[in-house]
Amino acid sequence: MLLFYVLRRILAALPVMVLVAIIVFAALRLTPNDPATIMAGEDATEAQLEAIRVSMGLDQSILVQLGTWLQRLATGDLGVSLISGAPVLDLIGDRIGPTIALSTSSFLFTMMVAIPLGVLASRKPGHLVDRALMGLSTLGLSLPVFVIGYVLMYAFAISFRWLPVQGYEPLSSGFWAHAQRLIMPSLALSGAYIALVARMTRSSIIEVKGEDYIRTARAKGATETAILIRHALRNAAIPIVTVVGAGVASLITGVVVTESVFNLPGLGRLVVEAVLARDYPVIQALILLFSFIYILVNLIVDILYTVFDPRIRY
Amino acid sequence: MKPPSIRSISRACLLALGTLIINPAASHAQPDTLRVVMQTGLRLMDPIMTTAYISRDHGYMIYDTLLGLDSKFQVRPQMADWTTSEDGLVYTFTLRDGLKWNDGSPVTSEDCIASIRRWAEVDGTGGPLMTLVDEMKPLNEKSFEIKLTQPTELILEGLSKLGARPLFIMPKKVAETPASEAITDYTGSGPYRFVNEEFQPGIKAVYEKNPDYIPRDEPADWTAGGKVVGVERVEWVTMPDQMTAVNALANGEVDYIQQLPYDLIPLLKDNPDVTVKVLDHLGSWTYFTMNPRQPPFNNKLLRQAALAAVAQKDILDAMVGNPEYSKPCAAIMGCGTVNGDETGKEWIVEADKEKAKALMAEAGYNNEPVVILHPTDIALFSTQPVVIGEALRSVGFNVQLKTMDWQSAVSNLTNDKGPDEGGWSIFITGASIAIAKDPFGNSMLATDGKAVTRPNVPEILDLRMQYAKAPNAEARKAITVEIQNKAMEEVAAGPLGQFQVPAAFSNKWTGFLEAPVTVFWNVRKAAD
Repeated sequence: MLLFYVLRRILAALPVMVLVAIIVFAALRLTPNDPATIMAGEDATEAQLEAIRVSMGLDQSILVQLGTWLQRLATGDLGVSLISGAPVLDLIGDRIGPTIALSTSSFLFTMMVAIPLGVLASRKPGHLVDRALMGLSTLGLSLPVFVIGYVLMYAFAISFRWLPVQGYEPLSSGFWAHAQRLIMPSLALSGAYIALVARMTRSSIIEVKGEDYIRTARAKGATETAILIRHALRNAAIPIVTVVGAGVASLITGVVVTESVFNLPGLGRLVVEAVLARDYPVIQALILLFSFIYILVNLIVDILYTVFDPRIRY
Repeated sequence: MKPPSIRSISRACLLALGTLIINPAASHAQPDTLRVVMQTGLRLMDPIMTTAYISRDHGYMIYDTLLGLDSKFQVRPQMADWTTSEDGLVYTFTLRDGLKWNDGSPVTSEDCIASIRRWAEVDGTGGPLMTLVDEMKPLNEKSFEIKLTQPTELILEGLSKLGARPLFIMPKKVAETPASEAITDYTGSGPYRFVNEEFQPGIKAVYEKNPDYIPRDEPADWTAGGKVVGVERVEWVTMPDQMTAVNALANGEVDYIQQLPYDLIPLLKDNPDVTVKVLDHLGSWTYFTMNPRQPPFNNKLLRQAALAAVAQKDILDAMVGNPEYSKPCAAIMGCGTVNGDETGKEWIVEADKEKAKALMAEAGYNNEPVVILHPTDIALFSTQPVVIGEALRSVGFNVQLKTMDWQSAVSNLTNDKGPDEGGWSIFITGASIAIAKDPFGNSMLATDGKAVTRPNVPEILDLRMQYAKAPNAEARKAITVEIQNKAMEEVAAGPLGQFQVPAAFSNKWTGFLEAPVTVFWNVRKAAD
């Protein structure tokens, strides 16, 4: 049944993605931008610009361009970058590694820190520990990533010289070479995410702790730890999973500031570069990829609901 | 023997980890690699199709040039030497020995002719030069001849030009690609070899020393002389955040920053491991161009009024903020060059608001909107629109700033409608003085009306051709004064001043060439 549900969701996502693709395609073509001017420079003559438009196929009507693109897309061909001439699939392949590494490390760090903090704060609402942790979480939500990034950089890279300032090394370069370049970006990126998940964990647990079954468990003599782990946390999981899911999707698709500050060549930077260069095929492919990631993450979240709450059935 | 305890193993692990942490570069350092932060990412690798400086810098890495230009503006042999017939009509070029493409095949005269043809298709100097060329023909594998219809210095100046779109020699099969299509084969014969497998567009470009390259014997001087490579490998990396680049240089993770932003100079100036230095002493000029096809600036009196309203000092103070790196200059072909002439300085450099108001009254200015394109993502060009806007308002222009990113501003230039229909009135940009110094390289003097940024002034085109045919330096100088006069009368462009952007580099390296273009020959380890 679950398998059938997953397949149905994936099939239902396809028309959404096609619609997204067409809207993005049309929006890009209707904006007053011209990749030819970007390639030839501001001093180019109109004849030079026209020759470049012809060589890139941009002189054809929008419908013809859309048809050609969809036809290629159906065969798995995402096209080539208008600017560099590199296949779009290769560009994404080159950039997805740093983004996945950064998202994964940030996610793991967040889970390791945020849930225990949320649980700790929920033990005695309104007391010193709770107030201090929630104060910190407000700070985490308020501080922009680049501020945290520069502070970390100054402390750990410039003053102590413990970590490199910037860059990315793939795992194939060695675990430590890979990991040391992810420590500061992950810490910087996790700040707001930890704050969000910790607050959600705290409020969900506090809400659940007022339920009758918690009182019953306590009356039966269960320890506070057992109540928390076996009853409260599991029942509080649904909103936490929802927030975590939305966070994972935004980690993958919205890390451009972190990638810029720490010079990580990920997908976030690729999006910005492609938009600034009006590199249509790259933008279109990335929007498709991001919409797919959102759909996938939402699907995983929906499935996790059934794990945490067996009453939910699809 | 007693087995090691868990505590001693843990301590050893911590020590190893600590070593790695304290020496973060240890795990990835490669010997003889120069790590360079360029001003932008390399994406388009055809230095003929585009005038982007990053593509030009890439060209100097992997291609060689037929001729070179030295710091005294003298044309020198590079790949080829030349002889001239007595009547000055026939130039015979002979390639030096040992020139090879990366695939091992020899560079031939046919490669050179095909490269000249492709370059001339799109270049501002190449196009006019071709109108004076009768024929180009190979004489043998290593020699070719260019026959002119009349004598001109333009041939040597054009073939040796630096700045945007220099004549890079490519293999014939590559050079036969139309100039409107980007090349895809990066076979070169220059001092470095492009490592295509490691190329990440916009992120990283890698070059290795070309083992087959034989440099000339003379010392390196701009693009002339021996291109001696003292580095095994050069990595160009792009850092979108200049603060990160500065931190990386201070931390020893990169070796060179091509353009150090003015506000970050204090962070490196006193660092004993780093040198902050201007390498391009000619520098660049910033200028504004006015839409000559739409009101109000289709009236040259109003173009003059706008130019008279702006004080260069205000522009340079906002843009650079440090007189060490900037100076006012009224010359459209740049101060500090042979052709630079400052006629009109009194109203171009200093603001003359009374003159501006008088010109507006004479032109019958009727409060037509003036739309200034204001790119905010390029620090070098983000302040001028604000200062110009304020200056124009102060004399009575109806000014609107249109804020956008740089590429949108450039795209907006092709909008031929009026300023109130999405069009534009003023666009601010800049260029290297190495480009601006000659009347053909300077795109603002190509006043044929074919580009939207330039007025149609046939007299300047005529003067340029007179310059090309002038018999001696005195005659040329006199023509450049006439060009300056006419260009300022028509306000082909509004000079806003000159500036220099320093580079910053690690003292572990030496030999960075002082030149108007960024090149990486002559660089070597400081200890060598």
